This record gives sequence, C-alpha cells and structure tokens, in this order.
Amino acid sequence: MHSSYGLSVRTPMNARASKWVTALSFLLPLAIWAAFSYLPFLWHPMMEITEPGSVGYFKEGMMIERDVFEQQKSEAALEDRALPEGIRANPIYLPAPHEVVRALYTSFTTEPQRRSESWLHESLWQSIQVIFWGFFLSSLIGVPLGILAGTYDFFSRLFEPFIEFFRYLPAPAFGALAVAILGIYHAPKIAIIFIGTFFQQVLVIANTTRKLDRSLLEAAQTLGARNKSLVFKVVVPGVLPDLYRDMRILLGWAWTYLIVAELIGTSSGITWFITQQARYKNFENVFAAIIIIGIIGLSVDLLLALLGRRLFPWKKSEAGH
Amino acid sequence: MTKIIDEKKYLEQSDAVRDRFTRLKQRPVTLEVQSLTKKFQTPKGEVTALNNVNFKVHRREFVCVIGPSGCGKSTLIRILAGLEQPSAGQMLLNGNSVSGPGPDRGMVFQGYTLFPWLSVKRNVMFGLIESGHSRSQAEEQAMQWIDLVGLSKFAESYPHQLSGGMKQRVAIARALANQPKILLMDEPFGALDPQTRCKMQGHLMEIWQNIDITVLFITHDLDEAIYLADRILVLKAHPGEVQEVIEVPVPQPRHPDQLLSEEFLATKAHLEALIHPEETGDDVSAEKIKMVRMVHVNDEVPSVF
Repeated sequence: MHSSYGLSVRTPMNARASKWVTALSFLLPLAIWAAFSYLPFLWHPMMEITEPGSVGYFKEGMMIERDVFEQQKSEAALEDRALPEGIRANPIYLPAPHEVVRALYTSFTTEPQRRSESWLHESLWQSIQVIFWGFFLSSLIGVPLGILAGTYDFFSRLFEPFIEFFRYLPAPAFGALAVAILGIYHAPKIAIIFIGTFFQQVLVIANTTRKLDRSLLEAAQTLGARNKSLVFKVVVPGVLPDLYRDMRILLGWAWTYLIVAELIGTSSGITWFITQQARYKNFENVFAAIIIIGIIGLSVDLLLALLGRRLFPWKKSEAGH
Repeated sequence: MTKIIDEKKYLEQSDAVRDRFTRLKQRPVTLEVQSLTKKFQTPKGEVTALNNVNFKVHRREFVCVIGPSGCGKSTLIRILAGLEQPSAGQMLLNGNSVSGPGPDRGMVFQGYTLFPWLSVKRNVMFGLIESGHSRSQAEEQAMQWIDLVGLSKFAESYPHQLSGGMKQRVAIARALANQPKILLMDEPFGALDPQTRCKMQGHLMEIWQNIDITVLFITHDLDEAIYLADRILVLKAHPGEVQEVIEVPVPQPRHPDQLLSEEFLATKAHLEALIHPEETGDDVSAEKIKMVRMVHVNDEVPSVF
C-alpha cells in the first residue's frame, strides 16, 4: 500500500489527504444517519397514516407499526372496506438531519413551556458554570497535590493509596450526601464534578510528574539547585506541557460527570433541558442539545490545543494533537 | 594494521613529555579519590560495582576514564558528581571531603539535559542565579560563556532548535559558568556523529587550554581517550577496579596528525590489549560461527567479489 494513504504502519499521511480523511470522519456517520432518514426502504419500521380509510382508530398523521398497519389493511381488503393509506416513517425518536439542523436554531428560540423551566441558552450557561467551578476547585487542590506526590516519595505514599481507593467509589453515589450537606442548588452539582475529577486528577498528575526526565533534575542539582528551586524551577516547568495535556483530557471527563451532577437536587442545566424535551417528544431538540454539547467540548479542546502549541513551542508533538 | 606496533613503547616518553609529567605531578591535587567502593543490592544478591578505587587528579589536568562495559565508570562519575552515595571511601576536592551534588563539580551528561523550556542564555544563567548572582550579573557572565563556545548568535534560541553538537556546547558552557573546580563529563560526545565528535574534541581542548579547569572525562572510545587525556585511568570490570593509570606519551598540544604517530598507536595497542583481552564470550569470529552459503550459485550476483 502506498504510504500517502496512511495505511502503512505508523506512517503519516500527506497533508491534503489527511484533511479529506478528517472530513470523512464526520461525513461518514452523517451519511449513515441521512441514509436511514431519507431512504424509505432502509429500516423505517413505522407507517405514518395519510388516509385512515375504514379503520376506526386510525387518524391522519398517526404513527403505527408497520405489521399492525399491514394487518389492518389486509383485513379491510378482505371485508372490501375502504383501505387505509400511509407512508413509511422512522420512529419519532430518530429525527432526520434537516430537522435537527433546524432545531439547532429553533431550540434556542423555543419558549420554555413552564415558568420553572429555562431557555436553552440559560441551561447551557448553568452547565458551563457548574463544570467550570467543579473543575477549577478540583484543579486548585489536585494539581499541587499531584505534583507533590509525583515529586516526593513521602507524599506519594501518604496520598495515593487512599486516593486509589476513593476513585473507585462512583461519584454519583455521593449525590444524596452532597445534597444533604450542600443544599439543592449549584453546590452539590459542583461537588459531584469535583469528586469525579479530583481523585483521577491527583493520580494522573502524580504519574505525569514522575515521568519527568530524571537527568534534568540531576543536571539541576549539579548546577547547585536545591529543594524549593528544584521543584519550582525544574519539576513544574518541566511537566507543564504534559500537565496541560492531562488537564485537557480531564476536562473531557468532567463533562461526562455533568450528566449525573445535573440530575441531583433541583434539576437544571443542559441535562434537564434534554430530559424535558424528550418528555415533550421534541427529539430534534434533544439531538440539537447533544450536538451543542459536542460542539462546545470539541471547540474548547481545539482552542486549548492551539493555545498549548503557543505556550509550549518546545513540545510541539505532545501539546498539540 | 600493516606495521607491527610494539605496545610496550607506550612507556617510552620523550624528554619534553617526561618533563611535563614531572611538573604536572607537582601541581596541587584537585580531586583525590580514596578507597571508593560502591555496592548495589540486587535481587540476585550484592553486586560490587566499584571496589577500592584510588586516584588523584591534579589541577588543570585532563584525565580520561576508560574500561569495558560494566566496569562502573558511569557509577564512578555519578558518585563524584554526588548523584549517588558511595558504600565506602571518600572523595576530597582541594583537600576537603565532599558529598552530595554541588556547583563545585560541573557535570556534562551524554543526553545533553538542557532545560527545554529555557533559551540557551537562560540555561547558562540557571546555575549562576542558583548561586546567588543577580539577574543582570548572571546574564552578563552567561553571555561570556556562550561566546566562549561560539554560540552568541543562538543565545535566544531554544534547545530543540539546536543540533546535537550545539546542545552539548551549551551544556559545557552551562557547567563552566558556575566555575567548578572540576568538570565531570560522562561520555559527552557519545551521541554525536563522528565528524561533529571530532570538532567537539578539538573545541573542548581549546577551552581546556584557555581556562582554569580540571577535566575528568569518561569515554569508551580509545582514540578519544588518547587524543584528549594527559593520563588515562583504565578500569576493569567485575568488580570495577583501577587496572592501570597510563601517562599518555603523545606530546601536548595535541593535533589530529598525531593519531597515526608511533606513541599514539602503541598506547592504543596497549589499551586494546587491556580492554579487549583475547577470549571473551561475545567474540564474533569466523571460526566460531559456521557460515553457510545462502545465495544460489546461478544467481545474477553469485559472489560479492
């Protein structure tokens, strides 16, 4: 196989071809979705009634399973009654791409149905705040602890065994406790994000810190650096690019805990929006909201990657993608 | 080798060389190693890496340490740098016992070990600032050392933008900036290509001739050792012990032309005899490996001759 197709082991593709393949990685799932939505012979397990005919309980616009429809139709044909008519359709929970694209706009303009509910942008803003504070507070403590544990054997042995144990306790299990202690508003949600992030964070960062090239520390020592300056002038700047990359990955995990966090206490945020829209059977809004989360996540990550390349030019391959 | 070299000739010194060694030995002793022993605990039991090593290095002397793999030469230099603790014995720097790493012993590693997040200038300033110089003082002195290794144009560059030889020059400047009493070099040119290596050897000797520095240089390259050293410390393996201290009979200052001189070749022959004795397990010789012809006789190219 020619190397430019990227199918030889560990050989990079040429730039133009790789752009196409990147586009393909988005286009391929989209094409599959479109095929299932627009080609009536693919799947489409339902019938949307256009003409009820003589079947009593059929109504125009009603969705009915195909075999039930066929049965009713053949019964009507046997008894020589007016035949029902319909077109093949997908279940309501699979909207077509164009409906979702439209919903990307309309979901922002759909007024909340009840006083207690929020607009989509308000829900998103609540979610972003919860993520931010959960991740920020976790990092505020987790990063120094991780660096400490990765640098000093004493702290490694002091912190890591307990954290290793604690990280196996699922964060959502602390939901009820968090509400009991912190009330029902944002605080318990932030706490869940914190619990979900913090323990992984300490361990991951401790590991990254331990991977710092030992010989850099030795070189610094032969140049006269001691304790504090070894940590702040060698360990910290040395692990910074890798630490930054870890933080990007951890931020992604924090988003996954959001879904759980938002279901406790008073429901709020994007998860609540999605749950409500599903209840009202506005599945195009559900898909739109999910896609918006994806877009926010991916663009934040790309932005951080770009910033990383600027901040750490000496670690191009690792700081970027 | 076409000419038969009498390896015993390495002991014959010209008057100038003998005279120089006499004066050299009258210089003050910079580094004295006294019955240094290092033992490691391994799952297979205790291993003696260094056993009762004694030697002296005089001020402004260039000493190379050479020996087969496993002779503990890296362990030795790491102990001297203070990066490892000896099991027994001690080292004296200008008569004072030292332990632990410190700026009085500069070290250049094979792997460059420049701080990748600092520019060349900031790398060289690192030790100066650690030893309490103000930023402006450190910067001024750093620039002098960078100038000495010929990298003034690259002062603001970062290590990843430099070639291997340039990186090692920065590492030398960084170690020298602290004005250590001795410069420890652990196979510093081992990762460089032969041409760069040759240039770096010349460059290092120029630096050594022009500043007040004593050098202890580890290598596994016999030519490099003879070309650079006043004296060569030969270690033998299992356990690491001093086998011989050789006074290199090649006159100073050195020049690449001397690589084929009689003294040089005799010294090399002697070193080869010391380090590569006749019978070793990993000898690849034609008698031991039975070669089978694996090319068809009717092949388009049936023979390499």
